[in-house]
Amino acid sequence: MKTNANKKGSFGSFLRRSSVPLMFILICAVCIPLSGLSPSYLVNEIVTRMGRNAFLILALLIPIMAGMGLNFGMTLGAMAGQIGLILASDWQIVGIPGMVLAMILSVPISILLGLFCGKILNMAKGREMITSYIMSFFINGVYQLVVLYLMGSVIPIKHSSIKLPRGYGIRNTVSLLSMRQKLDNLIPLTIKGVKIPVATFIVIAVLCVFIVWFRRTKLGQDMRAVGQDMEVARDAGIHVERTRIIAIVLSTVLAGIGMIIYLQNMGNIATYSSHSQIGMFCIAALLVGGASVDKASIGNVFLGVILFHLMFIVAPRAGAAITGDSMIGEYFRVFVSYAVITVALIMYETAKRSEKKQGGEQLRQAQLEEERK
Amino acid sequence: MNTDTKKEKSRLKKMVESFGLPRLLITLFLILLLILAPIVGADLPTQITNIIARFSWNGILVLAMVPMVHSGCGLNFGLPLGIISGLLGATLSIEFGFTGAFSFIMAILIATPFALVLGTIYGWLLNKIKGGEMMIATYVGFSSVSLMCMMWLVLPYKSPNMVWGMAGKGLRTTISLEGYYINVLADILHIKIGNLEIPTGTILFFALLAFLIWAFLHTKTGTAMTAVGSNPTFAKAAGINVNKIRLLSVVMSTWLAAIGILVYEQGFGFIQLYMAPFYMALPAVSAILIGGASVNKASITNVIIGTILFQGIVTMTPTVMNNMVHMDMSEVIRIIASQGMILYALTRKTEGSK
Repeated sequence: MKTNANKKGSFGSFLRRSSVPLMFILICAVCIPLSGLSPSYLVNEIVTRMGRNAFLILALLIPIMAGMGLNFGMTLGAMAGQIGLILASDWQIVGIPGMVLAMILSVPISILLGLFCGKILNMAKGREMITSYIMSFFINGVYQLVVLYLMGSVIPIKHSSIKLPRGYGIRNTVSLLSMRQKLDNLIPLTIKGVKIPVATFIVIAVLCVFIVWFRRTKLGQDMRAVGQDMEVARDAGIHVERTRIIAIVLSTVLAGIGMIIYLQNMGNIATYSSHSQIGMFCIAALLVGGASVDKASIGNVFLGVILFHLMFIVAPRAGAAITGDSMIGEYFRVFVSYAVITVALIMYETAKRSEKKQGGEQLRQAQLEEERK
Repeated sequence: MNTDTKKEKSRLKKMVESFGLPRLLITLFLILLLILAPIVGADLPTQITNIIARFSWNGILVLAMVPMVHSGCGLNFGLPLGIISGLLGATLSIEFGFTGAFSFIMAILIATPFALVLGTIYGWLLNKIKGGEMMIATYVGFSSVSLMCMMWLVLPYKSPNMVWGMAGKGLRTTISLEGYYINVLADILHIKIGNLEIPTGTILFFALLAFLIWAFLHTKTGTAMTAVGSNPTFAKAAGINVNKIRLLSVVMSTWLAAIGILVYEQGFGFIQLYMAPFYMALPAVSAILIGGASVNKASITNVIIGTILFQGIVTMTPTVMNNMVHMDMSEVIRIIASQGMILYALTRKTEGSK
């Protein structure tokens, strides 16, 4: 139905759909020469950031498939991942085993948070995004309660290096030196001075294969049906509420694992801020890659990481070169992140409205589809 | 008799339901805090002074929610847009060299056209995306704040009281209002009894605006606004220009936010620029919800009760907690209570508005 409409629009609609990536290519093309950064440095940075972020962004795909929009609640998974890492590093389990342990610890927390989030989102159908967004703030409060007050007093934390001097609560930064880039360097490979985190890419590839496979399963098909039309899906005997909850749980669990991969690359946790921006940056990157609120592919993820982070690296330098003030570039990239999300949301809502208006058209198309079946 | 108690119970349940469980919990919590305060050794009059002062600073920002809720545009998460108009008014008024109380009046006058223009654009946008207002409003707020971050650096402000001393350009993150309009409203008819202080002027100013909004909602246009909010199809059938009314409500909200931030500044004593307006919508949103409003229903009473309850908790929790357990959990409690309230309101079923 949708592909039909798109085909009709041909070049014009292609231009409209890919306007955001095209705009970013333009920004990058202007900023790269201005920034004066060498190509080898840029390639190195992009490869690193690809390994760091791709898994997290891939976690967003499943709720989009289920028609629940951009999952701002992925922060929940990020928090679960951080709790897992804090515990693993307190127990002094280092390297890959430590990461695996952190992932194992994060999964039940993610599942619980995902179930809660999914339940709430089912109560707020039609406003999933704003609700998941507020949800991330709400759970952030709970997270602070746990990490700042319960850890060390109720949950045993042995090592004073990660505890606040007052005896409970976790320090602002937790060093992950023992796990730092352990996954990235598991299979060392350097091509022409570009360090490639092979093992991380393998993990990401596995997730991509999983997502492709998942789309074809019964559950994946159900999710797409729910995403298309909840009522129709319900009539077809699909358990809509349950399917939606599963989508959120999966996304949360993946976000938790993704956060652990992200943080092992960074090498330390900013306990109270690492997770807070992650949702926004991941969503912005996905949208820059040409995704929309109701349609996103694996290709969008990778294109998005490249373009968004290219802009992110070069903007401060380019800004400094133009205006002589490095802060301008800093603010510019924050502004662009938000503006991209805003524009994508507006485009999605206007499209949805015009779709509604063409109710008769839709009915005709639905009939055609039925005939084809 | 058995059925009687059952009836009683169901009636109680209904009352709790209509009042809302989270709201009930928050009210009880504040009452508990008020009882505990003297016991743990906090000075009650000082506490009440704080609550009243903070009520007077924040009241208008919360009031800014009302018009948009009435016209069915949902909660105004785009409040930062109005705040930015206010900030432009404030900084320009200082830049042009106005001082004292006059700088406050000028700030309002200068902020007004900005609020009207930005509000019109914002309202026009929200008319294009009916049904998805709240999410887009949030991001319109965010984008405009981050855009203004660049502007504060770039715009050619010159006043030595506002720009960075070393560079001689770019506005500071916080600007003191000493010598400008600090406490201009609060000092009018200021009452002081022992430790209890009441900033009468600010409260009167709030009361005036609240009354104007209340009166407006009872005019023909105001009634039309409520009609649009509760049933747009019916309103359209009755010959009301839905888009125009919605646009008007958004402009009103934006303008109130601009005035609101100026009143906030005169009490607080500083202009906060850059990322400061970023999350200012959330406290205002949760305040009106705590006061009993829902996504598509709000009254002046909701504003007053909500602001008192919300600010009460914000000011009381740290003192009581610190005195009691020597542990400052107020921030966490504030986050959980206020965001929980917004979540609760979002999950309530609401009719119409689409």
